[in-house]
Amino acid sequence: MRQYPIDYGLVLSAVLFAIGMAGVFVRRNVIFVLLCIEIMLNAAGLAFVLGGARWGQADGQVMFIFILAMAAAEVSVGLALIMRMFHRFKSLDTNEIARMKG
Amino acid sequence: MFPVFYVAGLVALVSTVMVVTRRNPIHALLYFILSLVAVAVIFLDAGAPFVAALEVIIYAGAIMVLFIFVVMLLNPGVALVIRAREWIGPAILSLLLTLGIVYSVVGSTIKTMGISATTPKDIAMALFGPYLLGVELASLLLLAGLVAAYHLGRRIEREAPARGASLQPGAPVGSGAPSSRKEGA
Repeated sequence: MRQYPIDYGLVLSAVLFAIGMAGVFVRRNVIFVLLCIEIMLNAAGLAFVLGGARWGQADGQVMFIFILAMAAAEVSVGLALIMRMFHRFKSLDTNEIARMKG
Repeated sequence: MFPVFYVAGLVALVSTVMVVTRRNPIHALLYFILSLVAVAVIFLDAGAPFVAALEVIIYAGAIMVLFIFVVMLLNPGVALVIRAREWIGPAILSLLLTLGIVYSVVGSTIKTMGISATTPKDIAMALFGPYLLGVELASLLLLAGLVAAYHLGRRIEREAPARGASLQPGAPVGSGAPSSRKEGA
């Protein structure tokens, strides 16, 4: 069962979130950017579930289910946008679409 | 005592770093699936077996498969040659994770976990009790995502023919090609 302090779990979730955020900043491939957003969402879900487990309540897991639904909707729209971007610009580089028209 | 949390947390950290630093998107996706399974092991260890199952089924099973579909649609030319040297990292991480899972299932922790774990009934009572509004909002969000993904995915094929074909009111579904051919002539 749980023999570790809850702080370690929250630190792990914070470090995972930081890795995902660094990936969003560093990577220029838009698929990797979407993947790093998934890492950040997953880290937030980990913090919710561990917080809920700390108090023995189901609320943290309910919030994780909401995060899961949001991640599914976000991924479907994001991947459709990526396919559209690839068909239009023939590239997955975010620098290609950094310049706006007008 | 086998330190399930520390091993699974280490696997999650290492595989997430590998996700961010990989060059091949498929490799990054596979490492991310490993990271998700590691987080699921942490959930299992923390007494949340239902959410651990959801993490594996929905995140690693559905969302990541969607990612892999798109990567394989967009990068058909990537050579997927598997070399023996590339198996070392994933094999070690998977082995550590397997030890954690086996210990969680076989060891004596399963008795204590059954007592204090949050059952699916608790989650369902909370979800459809005080959080009912959130369920409705999530359903609206999923509907919006469905409509948006359908719309964005459909317009890729409609961009090539003439624009006026889709604007005619009352036109049957299959009449786009003849009318555009007429406009072209």
